[in-house]
Amino acid sequence: MGLPKFISEALRAVARRPFTLMYPFERREPPEGYRGKQVFDLSKCINCGLCAMDCPAFAIEMVEIGGKKWPKLYMDRCVFCYQCAASCPKNVISSSKLYELAGTSRSNLVISPEPPAMEGGGA
Amino acid sequence: MTTTDLIIGPQHPALHEPERFVLKLDGEYVVDVVPRIGYVHRGIEKAAELRSYIQDVYLIERICGICNVSHSLVYVQTVEALQGFEIPPRAAYLRTVVHELNRIHSHLLLLGVVGELFGFDTLFMYLWRDRELVMDVVESITGNRLISAFNVLGGVARDVGPSQISEAKRAMEYLRGRMKFYKKVFAEDPTVEKRSKGVGILKPSSALSLCAVGPVIRGSGIKTDLRADDPYAAYGEIPFNVITYDTNDSWARFMVRVDEVFESIGIIEYALDHLPDGPIRARFPRRVREGEAVGRVEAPRGELINHIISKGGDKPYRFKCRTPTLANILAACEMIRGGQIADVPVSLSSIDPCFSCEDRLAIIDVSKGERYSARIRDLMAKYGASR
Repeated sequence: MGLPKFISEALRAVARRPFTLMYPFERREPPEGYRGKQVFDLSKCINCGLCAMDCPAFAIEMVEIGGKKWPKLYMDRCVFCYQCAASCPKNVISSSKLYELAGTSRSNLVISPEPPAMEGGGA
Repeated sequence: MTTTDLIIGPQHPALHEPERFVLKLDGEYVVDVVPRIGYVHRGIEKAAELRSYIQDVYLIERICGICNVSHSLVYVQTVEALQGFEIPPRAAYLRTVVHELNRIHSHLLLLGVVGELFGFDTLFMYLWRDRELVMDVVESITGNRLISAFNVLGGVARDVGPSQISEAKRAMEYLRGRMKFYKKVFAEDPTVEKRSKGVGILKPSSALSLCAVGPVIRGSGIKTDLRADDPYAAYGEIPFNVITYDTNDSWARFMVRVDEVFESIGIIEYALDHLPDGPIRARFPRRVREGEAVGRVEAPRGELINHIISKGGDKPYRFKCRTPTLANILAACEMIRGGQIADVPVSLSSIDPCFSCEDRLAIIDVSKGERYSARIRDLMAKYGASR
């Protein structure tokens, strides 16, 4: 019968460590290539706007700073599909392992562009 | 004979999603059942027409969170068929691996939920613990534990390395041992036997006439599986068995899923051993040529169909999706008919329902209280909408 089998399984589990972790005291390291918070390396950005065009969640807006348009990411809309990184011709967008993105304000969930200092002073 | 109406849903503890079933009762026994769908219609088909082909991959992936890989796979396959596009062989194998991982996690999820509905909560907890293992493998391969974003137009989004392959194989080996234990539990446990054997009978003839799909029809002894009948991705090159059981009851449908997990483990191991070298994706054009294509895959719940019409350009003109639950819902009503009220939740869950995936829009004339069908052309003319 199956029932005694499950009892022996349950008894064995008593001796084992719990399967769950004591979050937030214990944290699991996400694997390599985990799709967490985005990192923008704007020194490579060519202001083409392909990331904003292909974003399925309309989470990227191109904002004008110093006469050029730069990507601004709203993480509260983002679905972390990384199509932006795939569309980017210059590999500006890379992933990080940061996944604890909950907050009390939506304004904390915006990655504003910080364009590199431009030669010639910009606008 | 006078019957009593018992209304289950749209909000009901036995249903995990809102849907309504009106049961006509004669005492404890269900004489008839009338399903009513449409509570969680989300308008994804229309939304897909307003987005580009690239954006649609991620929208359509979200039709169902559980079988997201099947949805994105059938979509990219249909668009590739529309364009007459061949993907690299390595991409086909990787799609197969992730599709099967998705199937394992979906089946384990359902078997756990069924354990809970039986009142066998221990089974639910243990099955879901072992399901986490599959989620970890999916996370290491695709970068996320559930929504994979792995299938893209022209191939797959990322490659797997040797460490991921060995991790996946280790996990599959462990899972095979665990599944042998669970198979014994499902085959012999008195709780499972009393709640599911001889309950929710679906005869092969009614399964065929009601167009049931997936594990539901295979549980009625009919050997049909798209992976074998109409191979896609790399299934044509991978050996596996189509599982059928012929007791026609809920138990048969659960056992089909238990055995399919073994087959999926075999497919994953074979695909990882025979992974061809080469590129993982080819450049897919943004604009798709004019035409019409139908694609189908064997999702964990059954046959999933996509129909896409293109008029050229970067957006589909029409996107249509038929999910397996829509095909199985009449079969579920047939199972419930003639049974007892207490068996309704188990019979319903034996089709692995995913109501929000299958919901369709119903047009109701509020003043007359009538439902009617209309062509989208007429609606657009009436309400002045334009594409």
